[in-house]
Formats: sequence, C-alpha cells, structure tokens
Amino acid sequence: MKMLKSALASLALAGSLATTAAFAAGGDIKHADIDFSFEGPFGVYDRGALQRGLQVYQAVCSGCHGMKFVAFRTLADENGPGLTDDQVKAFIAEAGYEVEDEEGEFSPAQTYDYFPEIKSAGAPDMSLLAKARADGAVHIYSILTGYTGEEKEVAGTVLYENTAYPGGWINMAPPLYGDDVEYADGREASLENQSEDIAQFLMWAAEPTLVERKQAGVRNILFLILFGVMLYFVNRKIWSRVKHPE
Amino acid sequence: MGNIPQDHYEPKPGVATWIEDRLPIGGMISHLQKFPTPKNLNYAYVFGGILVLFLVIQIVTGIVLAMHYQVGDEASFRSVEHIMRDVNGGWLLRYAHANGASFFFIAVYAHIFRGLYYGSYKAPRELLWIIGVLIYVVMMATAFMGYVLPWGQMSFWGAKVITSLFGAIPLVGDSLAVWLWGGPSVGEATLNRMFSLHYLLPFVIAGLTVLHIWALHHVGNTNPTGVEIRKDSIENVKKDTVPFTPFIAIKDLYAIVIFLILFVAFTFFAPNYLGHPDNYIEANPLVTPAHIVPEWYFLPFYAILRAITDDLWIMMIMPFDAKLGGVLAMFGAIAVLAFVPWLDTSRVRSTDYRPIYRWWFLILVLDFFILMWVGAKPAEGIYPLISLIGTIYWFAHFLVVLPVVGLIEKPLPRPETVEAAFAAKHGIKTGDAKADAEAAALQPAE
Repeated sequence: MKMLKSALASLALAGSLATTAAFAAGGDIKHADIDFSFEGPFGVYDRGALQRGLQVYQAVCSGCHGMKFVAFRTLADENGPGLTDDQVKAFIAEAGYEVEDEEGEFSPAQTYDYFPEIKSAGAPDMSLLAKARADGAVHIYSILTGYTGEEKEVAGTVLYENTAYPGGWINMAPPLYGDDVEYADGREASLENQSEDIAQFLMWAAEPTLVERKQAGVRNILFLILFGVMLYFVNRKIWSRVKHPE
Repeated sequence: MGNIPQDHYEPKPGVATWIEDRLPIGGMISHLQKFPTPKNLNYAYVFGGILVLFLVIQIVTGIVLAMHYQVGDEASFRSVEHIMRDVNGGWLLRYAHANGASFFFIAVYAHIFRGLYYGSYKAPRELLWIIGVLIYVVMMATAFMGYVLPWGQMSFWGAKVITSLFGAIPLVGDSLAVWLWGGPSVGEATLNRMFSLHYLLPFVIAGLTVLHIWALHHVGNTNPTGVEIRKDSIENVKKDTVPFTPFIAIKDLYAIVIFLILFVAFTFFAPNYLGHPDNYIEANPLVTPAHIVPEWYFLPFYAILRAITDDLWIMMIMPFDAKLGGVLAMFGAIAVLAFVPWLDTSRVRSTDYRPIYRWWFLILVLDFFILMWVGAKPAEGIYPLISLIGTIYWFAHFLVVLPVVGLIEKPLPRPETVEAAFAAKHGIKTGDAKADAEAAALQPAE
C-alpha cells in the first residue's frame, strides 16, 4: 500500500511538471544562455541597466514600438529606473513627447501621461512584450543577438534570418548593431550589452512590481513556514491524547 | 441535525436561550464545532477544508478586482493593466486570483480522486457525491469565463473554440451559438455576459457547497477503512470519532498552511508560469494563435474533445460528425462521474482492501495525467492516437472496469470498527477485551 501511495504521489508530481513544462517549450528556437539580476526569489532590477535600456528604447525602438501602458511617472519608481522627477521631465522634454487633446491640438506631455501607442509600423506594443513571449527577457535578448545577416524577400517583404525566432525568419530588420547609443556611465555599447539592457528594461516595463512582489513573497513564505512548524507541534500535541491515551 | 447521535446543545439561560428559541443558530454552530469525525482520517481528507478556503479567497479577491475592472473591447485589457500597475496591491489581487483558480483545481482534483479511491460516493453518500460533481462542473464554467475577462489572445480564442462547440448540436446549434455570443461571433457582447456570469456562478458554487456540507453532516465522513462509524449510541460514536474542533480543525489548518506555501510560491515567484504568454497580447480576431491551449486544468477534457476525429471507424457509422462526437465525449467524460455510485458493484468502499481494483485506480490516475499532457500538445503526429487511447481508457474504467472488478474481486479482510483500526495502527489498548483482541489480530491498514 505504501508503495502504491508513494507511486501515486510521484506520478502526480511528474505529471504536473511534464504538463507545465509543455507550455514552456518553444519550437525549434535557440535561446541565449544569459542571466538577469531580476531572476530568482531575491532578484531585483539593476537600476543602471534600466536607465541604459530606457536610452536604447528612446534612441532605437521607439521609432516603431509604442509602450502605451507605461506612464512617464513610473520612470521615477524606486524599484525601477529611479529617475528623479526633474529627470523624468527632462526626458519627456528632450524626447519631445506630446499629447493630442480633443480639438486636435498638441501640447507637451506631462509626467502623468503615457508613452504613445504606435500603430503605423505594425510593430507590437512593448508594454507587455517581455511577458507575452515565453522566456520573456531571454527571448528578447536572443532575438536582438540572433541575426545571422542573411536576408530573403518573400512577396515583397524582406525577411531576416534569426536563430531565436520561431520559423527562423523575422520581418524586423536588425535594430541594434553595437554603438547605437553612447552610454553616459561609460559601459561599452556593444550589441550584447545594449541587448541585455533593453531586455531588462522591457521586463521592467512589463512587470514594474516584480521587486515588490518577490520581496513580499519571501516574507510570506517565511511566515507560512514558521506558522506551519508551529501548527505541526500544536497538532501533534492535541492529537497525542487520542493517539496515546495512556 | 444529521443521523449521528451527538450531545444535545443546551443554550445558556438568558440571551442565548432567547435566540435559540427563535432561531437555533447556537445549536447549529455547536453541531459544526463538535461534529463527530472519524478519528482515523488521513491527510487525503484535508482537501475539503482547503477548497472552502479557496472559494473564499477567489470570492474576496474577485469582488475587489471587479471594483477596478472594466468590460469592453479595449477597456478590459487596459483595466487589467491598470490593476497590475496602478491599483495598490492590484498585482497581488490579480495574481492571487489567477493562481488561486489553479490551486482551487489542484485541490478539487485531489478531493475527487480521494473520493474515488476511498469509495466516498457509495450509499448513503450518492447525493453528496453528485452535488460534488455539480460543483466541479460549475467551477469549470466559472474558471473558463474568468479566463476570458482579461481579453487577451487566449481569452478570445479560447472563448471562440469553446462556445463554437455548441454549434455542433444538431438543428439548433448555429442559433444557439449566436444566442450565446450575443452577435455573429465572439465579441464585446460575449465578454460582457461572461463577466456577468463569472460574478454570479461563484455564489451558485457557494450555495451548492452548503448543500454538499449539509449532506456530509447528515451522513458523516467516510474514512480510510471504509467501515462506517457506529451510530447506535453516543458512547460508540465517541469511541470511533473525535470532535471536529479542535482535532480536525487544527489538522486541516496545518494542511492548509502547507498547501498555501505552494500557492504563495507560485503567486509571488512564478505568477505567470501556469498561464499562457499569449494572453498578454490584446485580443485580435484577425490573428489566430499558433496553438490554442486552454488552462492546464481543462487539458484532460480538451484532449478527449480532440480525440474524436472523422477518420475513426466509430464516427463513420455514427449519424453525426466528429465535432459533435468530440463534444459528447468531453461532456460524457465528466458526466460519467455522476453515475459512479451505481457503476461500482463492489461491496467494499475503501480501495485499501481491494487488491485488484487498486491497480486499475492507479491506471486511471496515470490516464488522467497522460490526457493532461497530451491535451497541451498539437493535434498532430502520435498525439491524437495517445489522446484516443487515453479517452478509451477513461470511459472503459468507469463503464467496464468499475462494474466488473467489483463482481470478481475478493476483498481483503476489513476491521470491525474504526476504533479497532485506529487502535491497531497506534498500538492503543482500549480496555475493551473484544476490541483489543480484534486490534491485535488486525495488521495496520498500511
């Protein structure tokens, strides 16, 4: 009986793991082996990486990709890019973001406004990109560094070979080559470094509460383990008069 | 209340008596507190309590989420992001609600398989069991509608696939689908009614849960031996049972905390692990996802739905097409559970004492996980065949194995009483010569 029960238990575990793993498995795509600071139960965003990623987004991605769910004010988040309010205002002004009112008049965007939605280029909005792809940030990094340089034209559209893209051909031209921006902090703006920074930035854009969540998770787990240990002994004590009446 | 003899509740003089004479709520609370519960329940019996907790978690988080959620083609997705980013603790509410649904189903599957293993459906618990099956069905409907509400790609296409199934019904199917959608296809009107029903159905579940617990308190719990507790006198009841409080209450609470550790680990550290990335893409009727996959808890039945294809010989002689065949198989696979009390011919409740059936039970559990795994795979290559074999076993188990094994199997000797089984397991001398002799003769059930 013991054997059957433990067999059942391990089966249940194996079954659930196999099933969930099935979701995670992509097609024949190649993902880079890269670690991010926000991974793991104690993971946090790297503020420097987020600020550099913002710079890459603004200089390169924002030409085609909108980010409509991200408000400028959140660039000041302590667990995010951590800009000061003045830096946020300066960022908006420098980038020249504007909002259109009901009469069609344009005025400078305020900190409570959002990054624009861009539909014209047909490129996906980047607010949630890192959560809308399996292995989010790793996937984004892999795409950006996965171009082989091969091109082909299909029905008037140029496709670019990319080892990380399902099917192997993507219609986004390589957006980064290296030295596309100049980092203020002196970090080398290589293709890999820029890809890493923008991937981290997009993870933050998709999940700005990640750090808060993980920190709360550690507290919750610790509390429950403590409470569980306590209950284990209370339970044993209470049942002892039933199990050992002598 | 119930047919288990219990100490009579005497309200204290004064207010308690005044209230009790008008509304016997004190007696009811006292009954719930002292409810005689078999003393030999193991940890397979903790999931009922866990399920009550998760119903409460889902309702509480859901009500608060609904305060911030908006229904509409663009509004739904945007409002979910608003909850995630701007509402204080909104991310926790949403992740707890989404993962809460998954853990609700983990618990309900454990609860169902525990019932199947220990024969909890047998007389006089048929109605208790059938109400349970109804709860499970309403749970599935609620979860499905809840998954539609964020209005992501999987929400939209999942809704499309599942509601289109009703189109397979002969004659009225197409009209029925249009009626369900509130339009020519899945759209804003569909989303709106899904929200309405998603808010309603949990209270239906709550009502059914009251009936489920009422029936349970009338007939009493089963236990791992399958032997009924003695109900002929309060003395004998006390020998076989312990009062719910504190014994079962503290044990359930301990189990709840262990289960919550798992739940919290997912909610805080891998909140999207059980979901699908495509649901973070806004619904787009013009772009079909590469693979439309339901949530994990529907996968076994999704596999059964897809197992029925037009090239099966059985479908060639049927007067309807494979689409309807799949729908019938899927709903049949759930409905068959309701008939288990009459399909099982064994006189013995607990599978602990059923040397043949226990292996078939193991195969059923295996089959369930295989169907779950194959349900997530694309319908190509070897997978449809695996789905088909899994589907055939699912039905064969209930319609053939359960009736036949019960007739041919020779059960192992069972203990006379719960008290004796408990005493044998823990090496207790009861002081009663007859019971002690029996306990000595019994090997522990393990």
